[in-house]
Amino acid sequence: MRTKDKNGLGRRAVLKGAGLGALAVAGAGLTVREAQATPETAAKSLAKHLGGATAKEGKVDLKLPEIAENGRTVPVTITVDSPMTDGDYVKAIHVVADGNPTPEMISFVLSPNAGKAEIATRVRLSKTQNVIAAAVMSDGSVYTGTKQVKVTIGGCGG
Amino acid sequence: MSAKPRVKVPKKAAKGDIIQIKTLISHKMETGTRKDKNGNVIPRNIINKFVCSFNGTEILSAELFPSVAANPYFAFSARATESGTFEFAWSDDDGKTVTATEKITVS
Repeated sequence: MRTKDKNGLGRRAVLKGAGLGALAVAGAGLTVREAQATPETAAKSLAKHLGGATAKEGKVDLKLPEIAENGRTVPVTITVDSPMTDGDYVKAIHVVADGNPTPEMISFVLSPNAGKAEIATRVRLSKTQNVIAAAVMSDGSVYTGTKQVKVTIGGCGG
Repeated sequence: MSAKPRVKVPKKAAKGDIIQIKTLISHKMETGTRKDKNGNVIPRNIINKFVCSFNGTEILSAELFPSVAANPYFAFSARATESGTFEFAWSDDDGKTVTATEKITVS
């Protein structure tokens, strides 16, 4: 027979409750330090930029180091396979990361006169994580590319 | 954001050439997540917008977030269509805007 305390909670329920409590405390600890992007928030923020268009894998090449020793400045080159003519060009490129305090990294808007869909810049990475770039083509189609970077020293303060 | 930005554009190009543009500006890009010695959050101050135009027409623009490294650097391309001036502008959270121009002769 199961023993119940006076609140009517079984032993299992009490243990489960304690577990949840510990989780909640751990979660609170994180939010006190700083908000944190997750794969879900990264995907959500990307979806917001893309306005509901479905993304396909491909055409986007992300050049990042496999291992970034210093996350404070990580070089990144984004190349999109596009002829960049007036009728067929890359309209926008959105870059997000799933482990930084905020998911958005940078968004570019291009015109056909950019000539070539290749942009290099430098970003911060707080820990090992995925960097995702989504390219919006002039016909409305969306392509994405993902690259994982291992970070040894984080670059977002804290 | 006071130092002069550095911009590299070729002086001459043939019509139709794709030229390389490089820009660098010094800015601490304060993320807003760091704390000072007393534990107070240092307010966010980043360059949030960069625009490159040619003869008044936009070539490329960027919306920046705190994940962009300090001293934002960009390398990108442009098609040489005619002689004229490239205009560059960086704006930060303080509302300051720094601009630069670079001339090109296209033959």
